[in-house]
Amino acid sequence: MTRYILQRLLLLPFLLLVYSFVIFAIIHAPPGDFLTSYVATLTATGTSITADQINALRHEYGLDQPFVIQYLYWLRDLLHGNFGLSLEYQRPNADLIKEQLGLTVALAAMAFVLTWLIAVPVGIYSATHQRSVFDHLFTLINYVGVATPNFMLALVLMWVAFAYFGISITGLFSSAYVEAPWSMARVVDLLEHIWLPALVLAIAGTARLTRIMRANLLDELNKPYVVTARAKGMREWRLVWRYPVRLALNPLVSTIGGYLPQLFSGSLIVATVMNLPNIGPLLLRALINQDMYLAGGILLIYSFLTIVGTLLSDIALVMMDPRIRMET
Amino acid sequence: MPPIPTATEPLLRVRDLRVSFRMDEGTVRAVDGVSFDVFPSQVVGIVGESGCGKSVTMRAILQLIDPPGRITGGEIIYRHGATPIDLARLPPRGRMIRALRGAEIALIPQEPMAAFSPVHTVGSQIIEAIMLHERQDSRPVGRDQARAMTVELFRDVGISMAEQRIDAYSWQLSGGLRQRAMIAMALSCKPRLLIADEPTTAIDVTTQAQILGLLRALQHKYQTAIIFITHDLGVIAQMANYVVVMYLGRVMEEGPVDEIFHAPMHPYTRALLRSIPSLQTEVRAALPVIAGTLPHPFNRPPGCPFHPRCEDILPEHCATAVPALHSPGPRRAVSCFLHSDLAEPA
Amino acid sequence: MSDVQVAVGATVEDRIAVASNWQLVWWRFRRHHLALVSACLLICMYLVVLCPEFFSTQNPEQTDARQAFVPVQTLHFFDDGWNPWVPAIAGKRDPVTLRMQWTTDPQRKVPVHFFTQGEPYRVLGLFSTNIHLVGAATPGQRIFLLGSDRLGRDQWSRIMRGTQTSMTVGLVAVTLSVIFGVVLGGISGYFGGLIDLVIQRLIELLQSVPTIPIWLALSAALPRDWTPIQVFFAITVILSLVGWTTLAREVRGRFLALREEDFVLAARLAGCGRMRIILRHMVPTFLSHIIATSSLAIPVMIINETSLSFLGLGIRPPAISWGVLLQEAQNIQTLALAPWLLIPGLIVIVAVLAFNLVGDGLRDASDPYSH
Repeated sequence: MTRYILQRLLLLPFLLLVYSFVIFAIIHAPPGDFLTSYVATLTATGTSITADQINALRHEYGLDQPFVIQYLYWLRDLLHGNFGLSLEYQRPNADLIKEQLGLTVALAAMAFVLTWLIAVPVGIYSATHQRSVFDHLFTLINYVGVATPNFMLALVLMWVAFAYFGISITGLFSSAYVEAPWSMARVVDLLEHIWLPALVLAIAGTARLTRIMRANLLDELNKPYVVTARAKGMREWRLVWRYPVRLALNPLVSTIGGYLPQLFSGSLIVATVMNLPNIGPLLLRALINQDMYLAGGILLIYSFLTIVGTLLSDIALVMMDPRIRMET
Repeated sequence: MPPIPTATEPLLRVRDLRVSFRMDEGTVRAVDGVSFDVFPSQVVGIVGESGCGKSVTMRAILQLIDPPGRITGGEIIYRHGATPIDLARLPPRGRMIRALRGAEIALIPQEPMAAFSPVHTVGSQIIEAIMLHERQDSRPVGRDQARAMTVELFRDVGISMAEQRIDAYSWQLSGGLRQRAMIAMALSCKPRLLIADEPTTAIDVTTQAQILGLLRALQHKYQTAIIFITHDLGVIAQMANYVVVMYLGRVMEEGPVDEIFHAPMHPYTRALLRSIPSLQTEVRAALPVIAGTLPHPFNRPPGCPFHPRCEDILPEHCATAVPALHSPGPRRAVSCFLHSDLAEPA
Repeated sequence: MSDVQVAVGATVEDRIAVASNWQLVWWRFRRHHLALVSACLLICMYLVVLCPEFFSTQNPEQTDARQAFVPVQTLHFFDDGWNPWVPAIAGKRDPVTLRMQWTTDPQRKVPVHFFTQGEPYRVLGLFSTNIHLVGAATPGQRIFLLGSDRLGRDQWSRIMRGTQTSMTVGLVAVTLSVIFGVVLGGISGYFGGLIDLVIQRLIELLQSVPTIPIWLALSAALPRDWTPIQVFFAITVILSLVGWTTLAREVRGRFLALREEDFVLAARLAGCGRMRIILRHMVPTFLSHIIATSSLAIPVMIINETSLSFLGLGIRPPAISWGVLLQEAQNIQTLALAPWLLIPGLIVIVAVLAFNLVGDGLRDASDPYSH
């Protein structure tokens, strides 16, 4: 098992390398380059710049080099923790990302935990009470949950809160704490605000996960080992938790790898709509303003978070399932 | 073969048991009026083709019928100490039936591969059963003690390296070992009645003989009563001292093993016996088979369920009325109009 | 009595025995009532796709700043018998914001006609007509069945046009995905070996990136001067870039399983060529399953298109899609003033729900072992 984890860890830099190349190709795709946008920004603010100066800058940044060389420059800078300079903010991209990374991960983690906390019990209930009133109700909610785009749910909640309760539920902090340094009170304030966007984010994932949990558990409940356990004289709920639920959870853990990309996609949208400090809206602004190195850095962070999350879920699966553990 | 015990009171008395499954397409009467007795330390063999309701009957005894199945009638009287209990009336998840399951009536299921959870060690699943029922000085036994008992059980059922095998997962064991572990689990609380549901079907023939031998030896040692379900008459001949022949959820014939084999009364039993390969039959002759096919459960024939395939059909009776189970002698019963005009009330 | 039942049972079994696979699928699908209703709903929506102008009451681009944020004028059918009407709107200028505030006045009725004449349009580019499903009785008068937006554009007509775009994006993107998926998955599953390995790694790579950020980056890379049609096709291609992976996996899995089946071996022993085995023996066994899976992929595409357009990096105005319409609802103050701007979102939910129900129904029906 240690070997398996080591193998996966060794694969990590390689994967990141592949992603970085693809991402660089994407941010390099728009017509013009970093300087074209830069010049446009400068002209817009009234600063004039000559063609010679532009060419000098172009040479300085290596923009006159072929694509692969430029990629290698970028890669070299990345390895030194240098994500480039943001055009729009005129600040190092690394700083911009760092400021919001913590809260981005916190939101995703919170949504993830909520997804599981809701989906697993509901799935168990639906499977053990198949065709009951609540099973049908949960199924209905799931269908609607899957069909509702994240931003739609966020919009409706914000509209209801604003129009009927006169409160604004945007942001992750009360106004007093937005700029405040970290303290216990600020953490409490964060927790008071973060649950709602996390819940919005969790709904779609919950709906999917509940369906999988219900289907898995229904399969497991028909397996002969359940009869064996009943024939031992175990109490029903204890038996369900110890055997079929335990087995139904394994395939659920293996879905985490597929869920994380969705989670980050969703968090981008929800954070944009609800105006949360998050790298998602930062990416959106960067893309709209053609601030491509910032965009590239954020895309790379997203890929990194997903890979690490998937790795963790794979390790969890190996630890949970002896059948896989023995093979690896 | 052990002689038929002469205990007067049966340990289990099944009377007119009925189980049906309500499906979208209609109701399937999987067990339709089954009666038989099991005496202490007796081995009762239940034989019939697949789908004849033998497994459902066994599950009904343990109240393990899953919805949409339901026990719709009859009684299952179990002599629990001095007081008889009707198992058919017990709530399936109640305390009473749970106290009996595993402790007094144990089950050896059909597929040892799937009967153990693949993510728990075999030992932990047996230890759990012991800790559930076994008591010492009126206190439940602890984990360490239960573990020691499990190792002991493993040795009893002939598993070598018991200490290591106890921590193995079921898929790491061979088919024979798995079934031995299953037997160990079933015997862990010294039950008075053991239900073995085709315990050797999924196992290769050589191992099969070993398992049967083990079960016989253990039966002698613990004097447990066994209900042995199989579709293999050869196994019945080796194991049982009393035989119940079932077809489409009904008992066709029952009696001591010698009488069933040497003086079968029901045409179905006779047909079954004819289809056993034997050393006496002519070489290269085709083995006789029972004509026709087992009807679909939704299309139960009216009258005697066997009549469309029966060689000795009485056209005016068999297709219209259901023959009742009739006793031509002590511990012997047959349901066929050839032997009695008695019909089930319509 | 029971003889008759047996006989009936036998004829039912005979019917099943000779039914084609598609008949079996249809019989099983018919039993899912919700899926059947959803299928009808989707057919109606695709009728709108064929000719949104017929269902519109006016030009979706027609602006009138004086008629901004007009509320929903609910369509009534009866007034002393069959006499369809909508309530008239009454405006009042807010003394503080100086903005027109509209309310509906049910006392004053604007008569409405069905199959009325209005703005001319071409049906499928074939012939011209000016008949609209519904419109005000007085020619030239504007009615707002689902209210108007901040520029005074009629939301009802805009939704019709948006339906055309969004439903088409879903369908085209899934068609592209199916082509990619079946071809690549089939190659992967049938040949195996190195090709399989490469395609599988590619799929894993694509499936493990957060899709929305990558899509956003890709569509941000589209040239700004592209026409709406070009953007539309670029977006569908971008959407299907990830969509094909699920299908490819599915097809590959089926191929791997089927390759070992006895009937494939039998066909090979009977001397069938490779293409014939694939097309005549293997594909028909999982075709219905592929259709079910793709019908479940359409709603995902629709949600993704809506999200991208909502964020401003998908379909771009002046093209109209559900996501473009929802951009109007981004501002909470505006929403509080004109909650009807959320209606396109409701339509997204209904459409996605219908697709999912139909897809689930089809999936169950196409599984030969389901009950």
